[in-house]
Amino acid sequence: MTATLFRRADVPALPTPTDPSAPPTAGAPRARPGLGRPLGVGLVGLWLSLIVLLPLAALTVTSFDEGWSGFWDAVTAPVALASLRVTVGVSVVVALVNAVLGTLIAWVLVRDDFRGKRFVDALIDLPFALPTIVASIVLLSLYGPSSPLGIHLNATRPGLLVALAFVTLPFVVRSVQPVLIEADREVEEAAASLGASGWTTFRRIVLPTLAPAVISGTGLSFARAIGEYGSVVLIGGNIPRQTQVASQYIQQQIEIDRPVNAAAVSVALLAIAFATLFVLRLAASRSQRREEASA
Amino acid sequence: MRTSTGTRLTLRTVALGYLFALLAVPIGLILWRTFGDGVGAFIDSIRTPAAISALNLSLLIVAIVVPLNVVFGVATALALVRGSFPGRGLLQAVVDLPFAVSPIVVGVSLILLWGTSGWFGGVENNFGIRVIFGLPGMVLATIFVTLPFVVREVEPVLHEIGTDQEQAAATLGASSAQTLWRITLPAIRWGLTYGVVLTIARALGEFGAVIMVSSGFPGVSQTLTLLVHSRYIDDHNTYGAYAAATLLMGLAVLTLLLMTVLDRKRSTT
Repeated sequence: MTATLFRRADVPALPTPTDPSAPPTAGAPRARPGLGRPLGVGLVGLWLSLIVLLPLAALTVTSFDEGWSGFWDAVTAPVALASLRVTVGVSVVVALVNAVLGTLIAWVLVRDDFRGKRFVDALIDLPFALPTIVASIVLLSLYGPSSPLGIHLNATRPGLLVALAFVTLPFVVRSVQPVLIEADREVEEAAASLGASGWTTFRRIVLPTLAPAVISGTGLSFARAIGEYGSVVLIGGNIPRQTQVASQYIQQQIEIDRPVNAAAVSVALLAIAFATLFVLRLAASRSQRREEASA
Repeated sequence: MRTSTGTRLTLRTVALGYLFALLAVPIGLILWRTFGDGVGAFIDSIRTPAAISALNLSLLIVAIVVPLNVVFGVATALALVRGSFPGRGLLQAVVDLPFAVSPIVVGVSLILLWGTSGWFGGVENNFGIRVIFGLPGMVLATIFVTLPFVVREVEPVLHEIGTDQEQAAATLGASSAQTLWRITLPAIRWGLTYGVVLTIARALGEFGAVIMVSSGFPGVSQTLTLLVHSRYIDDHNTYGAYAAATLLMGLAVLTLLLMTVLDRKRSTT
């Protein structure tokens, strides 16, 4: 199984800025297939507006239906704020767990050799392929009320952690793996022959090479974790102020017919996600520039 | 990097232990609990009227969403790669947007746009077409979350093939429809297929966005994922939930296999 499976689609062009040298548009003759022409572009724009932009516009406008203060009150209502805190807190922990264990797993999959490695490698993609509600059921069977081990994480924050760690597992592994395969091992050997210990070599040589990939994978898993719903809905317990995450709060506000509250917290959640992706993009283009400068 | 055998074994143990506790054991346990009472019980559980109707609804949504995504996805990719127009960068960003939006937020947005008191509430109020809590709502939610797949898989292929062949065809007098049908589409077929597989997998598995806009009646407006949820929460039918989850898991594994095959095909052609 290739290491890039799912990455290309699930982790889109966000961290890698589009290649500016690519579009062969300038000077192309007029006689090209119809969809590049204004009619095609117009249709595409209309479609994207109808499917994506108008719903999000309706969301944003609704969140400000009662003005700035209404928006602010909705986001800072104690239960809403608590749900945002739980969401961000748990997601940060999950992202850090992913950063460490994801890198470790990638290292084992690239540098170590053991029977069944290919199977383990294939297993990594499973969380992206599984529907989130299945992830929920799967984890509940081991960590829920009918746990054969007597571990009950149902309706606890560790339960949230496990669910989010499950669905975000592939991000760091799949972004670090290809970099590790490409990494120049001669430098590491040189460091070792000069007397550096394994840990020093890792810290001074390997980690700096991997850092951009680790950061990108960690950021993407954070962005995914804050919006997650399906995998936490059964195991999270939805207890306000304790285990209720933002998406559950939003869903609850819609159920009790408070669309402005739901919209305001949604906009807050979107803002956190966009900010994360924006920072990632900045970091990616910065490390790319540094690479070009040193090349 | 030179690592001692001890370090290597420790790292291996930690990595495999984590994967074991997080992935392998829970999934194995589900399979064991599903098939523990024999395959017959599993089959009975996924052949109840509610389960069959859920499967049908999921497939119906896929059948509506895939053609729309193919047509508009290819059109969008063509516009992004071949077009030069103001706002191209904006279009790029909009295509990626669905990846950054929580499924629940997708549902809320659709309710606020298409619900009876939303901007487009007139569609339901005046024409009696039920969007939210009806099939159109579930379709709209699924299109939203699957929108980037076809575009993002077709785009790089279009970049790669360039416009030489298309220009040659045009010079030889082919109409733009002929060029699209005979030159462009055959060239992008594997990328397109890959995008379609991703779309199907996500459409079958979507939960958060769909549950927000579905009325969720068993046998009427439940998809497979909603069935898993309602069996566990509403019916306390844990076994039924396990069985339906296993069915979905089977579909997911099938997707993974298909993608591996396609990936090889794509890199050889």
